[in-house]
Amino acid sequence: MIDRRALLSATAGGFAAWLTSDAQVTARRNRIWDIHCHLGSVPGATAEERMEVLVRSADRVGIERLILSQGFSSVPHPTPEILREENDRVMRAVKRFPDRAYGSVFLSPSFPEFSLREFDRCVRDGPMVGVGELEADKRCNSPEHDAIVERAISMKVPILQHTWMKAEGNDPGESTPYDLVELARRHPEANFICAHTGGEWERGIRIIRDTKNILAEIAGFDPTSGVVEMAVRELGAERVVYGSDVGGRGFASQLAKVLGADIPVAAKELVFGGNLRRLFAPVLRAKGYKG
Amino acid sequence: MIVDTNVSLSRWPFRRLSGDETPALVERLRKQGVSQAWAGSFDAILHRDIGGVNARLMDECRRHGGDILKPFGAVNPKLPDWQEDLRRCIEDYKMPGVRLHPNYHQYQLTDPVFAELLNAAAARGVIVQIAVSMEDTRTQHPLIRLPPVDLAALPQLVKGVPSAKLELLNWWPALRRQSLQAFVDAGGVYFDISTVEGIEGTARLMDRLPAERVVFGSNFPLFSFEAALLKMQESGLAEDRKKLLFGGNAERLLRGPTR
Repeated sequence: MIDRRALLSATAGGFAAWLTSDAQVTARRNRIWDIHCHLGSVPGATAEERMEVLVRSADRVGIERLILSQGFSSVPHPTPEILREENDRVMRAVKRFPDRAYGSVFLSPSFPEFSLREFDRCVRDGPMVGVGELEADKRCNSPEHDAIVERAISMKVPILQHTWMKAEGNDPGESTPYDLVELARRHPEANFICAHTGGEWERGIRIIRDTKNILAEIAGFDPTSGVVEMAVRELGAERVVYGSDVGGRGFASQLAKVLGADIPVAAKELVFGGNLRRLFAPVLRAKGYKG
Repeated sequence: MIVDTNVSLSRWPFRRLSGDETPALVERLRKQGVSQAWAGSFDAILHRDIGGVNARLMDECRRHGGDILKPFGAVNPKLPDWQEDLRRCIEDYKMPGVRLHPNYHQYQLTDPVFAELLNAAAARGVIVQIAVSMEDTRTQHPLIRLPPVDLAALPQLVKGVPSAKLELLNWWPALRRQSLQAFVDAGGVYFDISTVEGIEGTARLMDRLPAERVVFGSNFPLFSFEAALLKMQESGLAEDRKKLLFGGNAERLLRGPTR
């Protein structure tokens, strides 16, 4: 693992060289894919401008591919108009960098009929390759999610579902890993990614442990030591994926959770991108994309 | 050369960490190119015997720190005779600074005892680090839920102590949406990067603040050390800014006048 070795061997003299030259090597060796990227809180007026910033930063830290969703939005109750506008932004951003990004459709179970049409527009008939991050005003154990999941199964695309368990209490309609377990058990053919692993990851990992069609994702909380080690120990490296939650977070702090983890090199390669390439392989093949 | 202004020894109360044994921590820092690390103690947040915490911190640094660790003892100004803890840190242990945990020690910066402590430290020429938070409030243990330190009163207090040398650690959750100008105008307030977030967050911070006020801090081993390193890389900093962040600013804070 070139990046870890470079970090661990960095000395006062060698460190500057690592900072400036090894990002490309890191990308080649690790093939890092980031499942959890947004355009919100990124500098720039347009989707294309913001994507340029993301790609510039991704290049510096050796990330090969960004999975982009939600556009600029941070509203808790997105309307159909907002969902459509944000999906359009994502598709414009991906079109600007087709070799560096894929789009994932933003839907809301509060608008089930619209969401199915939007899935068809963006995924079945459009360029997108995934569902979510789903983060709307109904918990994901609600029956309104079922039709969305069935659409995802029909195209063999994974679903990225927001989850948190905040110490101060979740927002109304905000999902927890418990909710996702209910949904995933209703749909054993679907592949789910548990965004943030509930935030309180020591509990989140245990909650999803026995539900094999859920993968743990590590984005969007502090770079606390030990999260990746525990996830790999309890779930197996095949069920853990890297994500950042840019632009609210940076790539850096979230990459560090994996780079700094005391796990085998082969496990890091799975977490950094191997698992995502396996998950997305069917839809990428179907669309004729290079994975 | 990297000066890491924010590491901690001993045990985080809620989980074991890779690097919570001092020899392993020092080895890791050395391999990362760290030439100096300002070390507090996790014990300080909950232990009442702060004198014992500081004695062990000093002993660990002496036995295992080599030429890397610089101990920053804790002072809890709500404890009886806290002045003796400060005196030992400065006179007996020759520490360059002290680290405060106002939220864990349950006082506000408006409490007159904080101003008294700030004045006493400034008079002796030592740095005061304020650990504004230790972890995300959303993920705190249910038995210990604490908001970040309220820093609203700090600029005015620092203005009244012209020789104060102050560093804010883990401050981003408390101030991310606020103007930092009052802290800049107040004088010798420095900011570490351990919790700074957002795309190219460190570069954007150095655009918001005078570049001389930003210092490298990792919050290792609670956080992955690599996070702070990668923030530098992601931000694409120019060489002069890298030098300031990696050590120039910390050296100035340690040795020189702050204003």
